[in-house]
Parts: sequence; structure tokens; C-alpha cells
Amino acid sequence: MTGAHGAPHFHADDTMPREQAAFKIKNANLPVLILHLKTPNLAQVKAQLETRLKQMPDFFAHAPVVLGLADLAEADAALDFPDLLDFMRSHRMQAAGVQGGTAAQQDAAAKAGLGVIPEIPARPAPVVETEAEPVPVEPETGLAQPDLPGLEVETKVEAEPVPPPTLPPALPETRPTLIIDKPVRTGQRIHAEGANLVVLAIVNAGAELIADGDIHIYAPLRGRALAGARGNTAARIYVQSMEAELVAIAGYFQVFDEGIPDEIRGKFSQVYLAGEKVVIKPMSSKR
Amino acid sequence: MPKVIVVTSGKGGVGKTTTSASFSSGLALRGNKTVVIDFDVGLRNLDLIMGCERRVVYDIINVINGEVTLKQALIKDKHCDNLYVLPASQTRDKDALNLEAVGRILEELKESFDCIVCDSPAGIEHGAFSAMYYADEALVVTNPEVSSVRDSDRILGILAAKSKRAVEGQEPVKEHLLVTRYDPKRVAAGEMLSVDDIQEILRIPLIGVIPESESVLQASNSGTPAIHLEKSDVAEAYRDVVARFMGEDVPMRFTTAEKAGFLKRLFGGR
Repeated sequence: MTGAHGAPHFHADDTMPREQAAFKIKNANLPVLILHLKTPNLAQVKAQLETRLKQMPDFFAHAPVVLGLADLAEADAALDFPDLLDFMRSHRMQAAGVQGGTAAQQDAAAKAGLGVIPEIPARPAPVVETEAEPVPVEPETGLAQPDLPGLEVETKVEAEPVPPPTLPPALPETRPTLIIDKPVRTGQRIHAEGANLVVLAIVNAGAELIADGDIHIYAPLRGRALAGARGNTAARIYVQSMEAELVAIAGYFQVFDEGIPDEIRGKFSQVYLAGEKVVIKPMSSKR
Repeated sequence: MPKVIVVTSGKGGVGKTTTSASFSSGLALRGNKTVVIDFDVGLRNLDLIMGCERRVVYDIINVINGEVTLKQALIKDKHCDNLYVLPASQTRDKDALNLEAVGRILEELKESFDCIVCDSPAGIEHGAFSAMYYADEALVVTNPEVSSVRDSDRILGILAAKSKRAVEGQEPVKEHLLVTRYDPKRVAAGEMLSVDDIQEILRIPLIGVIPESESVLQASNSGTPAIHLEKSDVAEAYRDVVARFMGEDVPMRFTTAEKAGFLKRLFGGR
């Protein structure tokens, strides 16, 4: 879905042969979250975001966010960007720009210091694709479409990559799996950024595991485990003994107020997302 | 090689100071030159439990501020020849207990003592952190109830992540679980966690179980560490702990209720 590879770039020293290059400009395709606004009623948006962020306080963690205005173009409503930006900053969301919307809305956004990102054109015809190398997919940044009424969060590439055909295809960049071999105790938090997480020792109540990829726990899980933390809905959690306080995939979470159901309690289990539902299934060790 | 041992728990009222007093006395009784330091600035209790409160003139903060030498502040214990107490300040600002100064004092104490026992205050704040930072070994004092176990878990996490040994990537702090105020009858009745339950959660080696006993309160009130009590299961339990700490293989005691009598067994009791 992304990758800063193979884009045309200009070396500053191309134009300044005598001086050492102080910068270079590269075309990058970076993963960003798009916050699609589905209503011009920003109070409603803020209220729902607030609820959402209470459940997942680290969901954004200063990641750049683009405001998707496509659904508001028809309404042609004026939007109070400075107020929305204040709210977002106070919740550790960095608004980078807007996409879509009317010219007036884009103008207001630009005045509030936001960039205006052109709408991504439809994919070029297959003829072009045969010329260009396919864009490699980075597994851990995958897709993310946790639906909420009123708003929608999604990862997208900022601009269509234009790899020159002369460059070799770049391999997907994956970060090495984070392996923890000591008990994770109350108050401790392990965050595997852009990677999978493997824990070989007990995860006690009050401890928290967060991974942008999958989480494997080869011991009892008694604390919380949040996989696909940046919105990868394909992420899964595998746990040798399910005793968790909370499990979450891509922001969809499950708590166990009434205790953990018998069929998974203490069992070797996996957690995955089916649509918007967190599914927890016991796994047989006799496969 | 001198050892720094922190007695810690997270939760208050579980028996840290009682344990610090008895454990340091036990080490001294076995011939180790021992000093026990009260880190609970503002709420000092160790001097009371050791029965030396009337002899406190200077305290650890005076030493840190360079107003007196360590020698002047150390109080010789009245029960054991090899034991000294370094009291906390009752009045000073607890922020004076900075890490660097504590490190300097510990280094100086290492020159003349074999064992340095640090009695940590409750909580995970500054004082508790200063007490544990330099530890080589830790006695984690836990009561058989969930909140105490949870707090001990938190402390173990901090020891594993933020102690000097952890920060400098040395061999980790050696952890010992000490279960105190244990009442086997209430455990059997399901009112308390069992030693096995606690170990299942904390997963560190057990160094001893101290039974719940009224004699602990009497000992504290009279300023005598519980290990000196005659014919007391608490004293025996603490002696076992010290023996295990010194590397002896002593079987666990006081973990099960007294055996039911013949009649009870005959009529279906356990």
C-alpha cells in the first residue's frame, strides 16, 4: 500500500555542482490515516472521536491525519477548522491536510494552515501498469477501515506512486519481530511499532501489549493485547492461555465483564476480526 | 562481595518494616556485618520497631547534606553486635533522597558492611525508587490478597526495567518472594490466596512464608524485632528465611493448617 521507493527525485547537487547538497527532494508515498467526515456537524464528530479515543488513547499517537471532505462537498457547509485542529492536537492527532470538499472548504482549510491534497485519480489503465513495476505492499501497514457512524478512519497512500521503469523493484520493508522473554507485569506496556510481537512469558493483569502487526503469547495472557494498532484489520492475536482483560484488533475491542466464556477460558485461542466483530476461537493443538 | 538488599512491596502495611527489622537482625545473628536503612523519609518507623527511637540524633538526610559523617549517624542495635541502623528523617523534605547521594552512601557502607538492607517506603514514588535502584537482591513482601499481589507485580516490573542493574544491562536483580501474614486456615476456607496462587501470578522463587500472628504486633510495640521472640512461629519463619537467603536448603513451614485431630478425621473432616 505504500513505500518510499523508486520515485523520481532531484538531487540538489544537480543544480549546484560546486556546493555539497544541503537537501534533496524526493517523491514519497507515505501511509497516512484519512479521517472521513460524514457530517458537517463537527460537535458530533468531536463527541464520537472523544469516545473512540478513550478506548484507544494511542490510536493516533501524533500520526499525520488527512481530513476527508468528499462527503461534505454536497452540503457545502462552512467548517470551523481552527476549532477542529485544536481538538485534534489536544488528542495527539496531527492534521496534515484535507482532501476533497468544495473550493470554499479547501480555502478555509488552507487558511487554517492545512495542506490541500489532490484527490487520487483512478488507477491508470492496465497498459500503464505493465510498464511500471508493481508497488510492493508493506504488510504491517495494511488496510484499516474501522467504521463508526459519522466518521471513518482509513489508511491511504498520499499520492499515486510513479516508479520509473529503470529502477529495480524494492522489497517490502518489514521490521523485525519484537520478542519479549520476561514476564510483562502490571503497569508495563510493550509496543511493537510496525512489527509483530512475540511474548514468551506471562502477561499479568494490568500489563498492556500493543503491536501494529500480530501478537503471539506463548504463556497466559491476563492483561490487555491490542493487535493491528494502526488499523490493520487482518492482524490476529494468538494466545496459549486466554485469561485476558481486553483484546483488540484494529481498534475493535472485547472486554470480559462477565468473565471469559468457558469455551476459551484458559485455552489456546486466536483472536481475529470478522467484519466489525472481534471473534475469539479456541484452537486445537492436534492439527 | 557486599550485597544491597531491598525490602519492598508496593502496597503499604504488608510487613516491610517488620521484615526489614527481623531479616537484618537474622543476618547479623549469623555473623554478617549488617546495616539496615530506613528510606521512609517523613514516616519513619524502623527505629521504633528496632527499639532505638530514643537514640536517633542524626539521620540519612544529615549524611546526604554532609552535615555529619556516616559513622555519626549509624546507631548500634541493642540486640545484635553486628547490626547498625541508619534512620530516616522525620521532618526533612523527602526529595533530598536523591539517587546520586544514595549511591555515595551505599558505596561508603559497602566498605565496612557485608549486607545492606534497604527498607523501602510503600508506593512507587521517589523514596521507593531510591531504595530499590541500587539493589542486588530484592525481598518482595506480599500478603495473600489480590491487591497486594498486583502491587508486588508492579514493583517487580520496575525492578526488571528501571533498577541500576536493569538500566546498565547487568545481571538482573535477584528476586525473592516473601509471603507474610499468611493464615493457612483462611486459605483453606478460600478467603485468602494460597502460596501457589501467588507464585502462579508473580513467578519468582519463594524464600519464605511468615504466618499471621498477634506476636508481631506485641514485638513492634515493644521495640523488639519479631525474630527475637521466644517460642514464636514468626521468629522461626524469619530464621528460615535468613537461612535460605544464606543458601541453606530449609523445607517450607507454616504453609498448611495444623493437621486435623483423629476424631475430626474419623468423622469426615479434612
